[in-house]
Amino acid sequence: MSDILEILLTANFWAAALRIATPLIFGVIGALVCERAGVLNLGIEGIFTAGAMAGWMAVWLGTGLWGGVLVAALAGGFFGLIHAILTVPLGLSQHVSGIGVTLFATSLSYFIYRTALPDVSSPPRIEAFKPLDIPGLSDLPFIGPALFQQTALTFLALAVVAVTAFVLYRTPLGLAIRAVGDNPSAVESQGLSVYALRMGTVVAGSALMALGGAFLTMSAFDAFFFGMVNGRGWICIALTVFASWRPGKALIGALLFGAFDAFQVRLQTEVGSFIPGQVFLMMPYILSIAALILVARKADYPRALLVPYFRGQR
Amino acid sequence: MTKTSPDATVVLKLDGITKRFGALTANGDVSLTLHKGEILALLGENGAGKTTLMNILFGHYVADEGTVEVLTEGETLKELEPGSPHAALEAGIGMVHQHFTLAENLTALENILLGTEPLLALKSRRAQAREKLLDLMDGSGLSVDLDARISTLSVGEKQRVEILKALYRNARVLVLDEPTAVLTPQESDTLFATLKKLAADGLGIIFISHKLDEVIAASHRVAVLRGGRKVADQPTEGCDKRQLAELMVGKSVPESTRDSQIPGAPRLILSDVTTGSGRDALHAVDLELLSGEILGIAGVSGNGQGTLAKVISGLLPPTSGTIALDGEVLTSADARRMIDSGIARIPEDRHKDGIVGPMSVAENLAIETIRKAENQRFGFLRFEAIAQRAKDAIVAYDIRCQGDKAPARLLSGGNIQKIVLARTLDASPSVVLAAQPSRGLDVGATSDVHRRLLEARARGAGVILISEDLDELLRLSDRIAVMHRGNLSQPDKTETLDRATLGLRMAGQSKEQAA
Amino acid sequence: MIRFEPREPSSLPRLILIPVAAAIVALALAAIPMLFAGLPVFNAYGLMMTGAFGSVFAFTEMLTRAAPLILTGLAAALAFRAKLWNIGAEGQLYAGALAAVAVGSGMIDAPGIILIPLVVFCGALAGGLMMLGPTLLKTRLGVDEVVTTLLLNFIILLFVQMMLEGPMKDPMGMGWPQSEPMLDEAMLPKLMARMRIHGGLIIAFIAAIGIHLLLKRTVWGFEIRAVGENANAARHAGIPVTATFIRVGLLSGALAGLAGVGEVAGLKGYLTADLSPGFGYSGIVVAMLAGLSPLGVVIAALFIASIFVGADSMSRATGVSNYLADLIVSMALICVLISGLFLRFKVRFVGAKSTEGVSK
Repeated sequence: MSDILEILLTANFWAAALRIATPLIFGVIGALVCERAGVLNLGIEGIFTAGAMAGWMAVWLGTGLWGGVLVAALAGGFFGLIHAILTVPLGLSQHVSGIGVTLFATSLSYFIYRTALPDVSSPPRIEAFKPLDIPGLSDLPFIGPALFQQTALTFLALAVVAVTAFVLYRTPLGLAIRAVGDNPSAVESQGLSVYALRMGTVVAGSALMALGGAFLTMSAFDAFFFGMVNGRGWICIALTVFASWRPGKALIGALLFGAFDAFQVRLQTEVGSFIPGQVFLMMPYILSIAALILVARKADYPRALLVPYFRGQR
Repeated sequence: MTKTSPDATVVLKLDGITKRFGALTANGDVSLTLHKGEILALLGENGAGKTTLMNILFGHYVADEGTVEVLTEGETLKELEPGSPHAALEAGIGMVHQHFTLAENLTALENILLGTEPLLALKSRRAQAREKLLDLMDGSGLSVDLDARISTLSVGEKQRVEILKALYRNARVLVLDEPTAVLTPQESDTLFATLKKLAADGLGIIFISHKLDEVIAASHRVAVLRGGRKVADQPTEGCDKRQLAELMVGKSVPESTRDSQIPGAPRLILSDVTTGSGRDALHAVDLELLSGEILGIAGVSGNGQGTLAKVISGLLPPTSGTIALDGEVLTSADARRMIDSGIARIPEDRHKDGIVGPMSVAENLAIETIRKAENQRFGFLRFEAIAQRAKDAIVAYDIRCQGDKAPARLLSGGNIQKIVLARTLDASPSVVLAAQPSRGLDVGATSDVHRRLLEARARGAGVILISEDLDELLRLSDRIAVMHRGNLSQPDKTETLDRATLGLRMAGQSKEQAA
Repeated sequence: MIRFEPREPSSLPRLILIPVAAAIVALALAAIPMLFAGLPVFNAYGLMMTGAFGSVFAFTEMLTRAAPLILTGLAAALAFRAKLWNIGAEGQLYAGALAAVAVGSGMIDAPGIILIPLVVFCGALAGGLMMLGPTLLKTRLGVDEVVTTLLLNFIILLFVQMMLEGPMKDPMGMGWPQSEPMLDEAMLPKLMARMRIHGGLIIAFIAAIGIHLLLKRTVWGFEIRAVGENANAARHAGIPVTATFIRVGLLSGALAGLAGVGEVAGLKGYLTADLSPGFGYSGIVVAMLAGLSPLGVVIAALFIASIFVGADSMSRATGVSNYLADLIVSMALICVLISGLFLRFKVRFVGAKSTEGVSK
């Protein structure tokens, strides 16, 4: 018991939790804004992969780190646009389109990577983001070291949460996004374009998802591996429900998730000889399903989620 | 023409509007003008093209031919860009749709503000908006709690929010599509009083209706649409109800009337049924349906009628209380058991709950009895038998379709309702639950539905008729009970009731107060 | 602007023509990545054709690859018909394979006539049970089955790895994480001497015909179609919606489980954690290309299998990544999604005046 407490009370542990949570924060916020506008984006898993690959490759080709982040976001936006066109004006099944975008983005990323680097045995590395030292903040007890170990992308993720919350709840644009996910005809009858709102939101949300992928290759690691996204996208979709489509709760959900993951990694080193490692590797997925079950009864889905809108039809 | 309109300035001019959907001409060469301060009634039965015309005006549809002109700030008429609700709003046209266009997860204020500010603005000017709205509410008498979530508002309040939306945008033309369909008679009176006041302040108003009384009572001028064409356009003063009815319907349709008949023993008994949640919940509902009677249930929509229908349909079990049919307890019966016990159910939303659109007419006719021996053997479908019975039903119920294999979704609303009637009434049920059975149907189809319900009554079935149309209820029902906030009143003999009393009780006044 | 008008029910030729057109467009689009990779395009297409159809061996390899794709395609097609979004065929395939190996690698010693049906049944059962949880969570609690089935794919794969490194590890496997080999009596018969083509293909064909008959001719099929097209109306009409979902879930999972059985008991003879190169996900593409028709699934699976086998062969000849095959397959899915619009709507290009789209 005291061992467990000891783990939980170290700054190192919370630093790890925040690090694990960072890609999820991007992903959940991206998925959340799409769903707030009424579009489920199952392209997320592929968009993560595309963001990871594109961001990494851009840096490898010499764009610099922030250039890589921009390229990742653009790649995400591109696949988001495909999903948006298929599901919004064309009104196709959001489930199937999302899976299609995931397959497309994943195979295209792999193909490009493999074609550009046909003969490497170990993946080439880039100079990744370094932990940020913020004078003043880093000196704070406990919080300081926990934050001190993070890179700029983690701070960007935290900023994204704040900005998303502000936009959704304080600005006319956010009002329109929340409305279009509840009743698109409310938006159209007030002279706004349902298609433009939904497509724009899906593209922006997808760009955010891609940043989650970019974090993997440009901050968590410094290279691109096949299968490195490993279900993180799907976990984000589950966390979105868990977070009741609210940015603040999404942050808490991602942090809880990161904390649990960091905890089980530490637990593994303690009891790993008794329990096979796969059990620990399963935990994130089991936890995601558990989170879904936990909130299932009271989940308040955006009313127009999954429902295509066609003009002139009410 | 200017005799009854307070001002001669034309604010809106529709010229030669034609709109076709495939082979159907929804509007054929329709022209209309609206003057400042005028209330124009657009009269026509369901399917006459009223809503299509207004959707063209508001930019939801684009007309195949014809133009819309609106008075601009500069006091000249200017052509309106077609197909753009945004342009219509900018030109000062406000529209209150029959199905409200409100986001339920937002407050009234937020719904009104939606789209009135630049999307990329960093701040929302709520304080100014609130001030302007408070002024508007003072001036018009339309009061509503601006900070209430739409999902918590009643139908009447939602309608007020819709009107405020238009006024907030300084509309000079206000269009209301069937505004009284969901209101009590008293609420309707209040609405028309408000509209008259707004008209006196210079607003041009068009309201769509098929109710002759309110058209005569509230409008300055009346335009009648029939089969997509304008067949009359005249001052309301001096209009005769019968003449308008004939203009609207064309030929006279015989109205089904109820013969007097002595009801029999109780069939369906609900006692103390409580279930559901929110506005639509049922609270300790008692109901006794007799054999050979039509029991009407009146009420403003969203007061629990939907839940009552679900309970009797076997879709929602009561949390407490009992249901019994001819002595058999059906309290927690599912839909299949209800059907097998002889309860025929006509759902409120026939497209959503009545038919499986992509499946064929024959399959939709067989769907309730698909597991019966007549339709299957050892789990395999008996196609010939299913097709044969479908062909019989198509003849017997006059279902207009391209054969029994046509997908049901291609049928008109009236014919879809005939599919539902055919499959539910054919088994001679002992109870018929009809929820809004004639909503949205034209006169011919409505009279057909009424005839079938009266036939079931004559055969000795008990019929529960849930309706928001008081005329329908008063004409068909033997007794009428009223639902309000999930409570069901004791039924009264129809002879002892009139519209006004029913209206007051729909608004929540008890029997004594209403009397 | 483009205008959509609802179309009368589509004729059979159009139902066939449109997915074929989508497949051709996807193949044509593949020229872009080929050019990117510096391939001579026509030569590459030629190599792919030869790789899938050029010899008896190539053709049987293509059929061997099609067998699991037919089954996972049927799993997706059946589930999607009921609007039960089973994206977990990959995991169900592994569950089926795991069960087949567990039963067939020495636990029971019996002649083939008993052992083979037992192996097949257990594999199907395991796959079906994998789908039971997500289906119950959907019907009882409203938990989205897309996410649960997707996550289960990862869980089951890890579980398989755990078993292969633990209790089910082959002691004779030189330390590789693989299962003990299947008994010879438990192996599905080969269909041709010296070729890899096996009895799993026969199972796949029978399953396709079976699902076709189920949907078209039986009460259960009627109920599945009704629930899929309008669950509200089906419930109102007394159709047991929950039971139908559970039936579909079990059957869909079982079909994917059978794909796993075929791969271990027909092809490999033992289980490894890289048994499936994404058959479960490709099955979704197969189902969509087939317009969710069980017989169409067979054709679509043959098409997808020939792309995989052809691209593999081309990849060996030219050194270009065989991720090209996955790329073509994913583009085929997107193309068929878009082409589906031409089935449901008449698409008209009209002047800028008309902007509304009408749909049912």
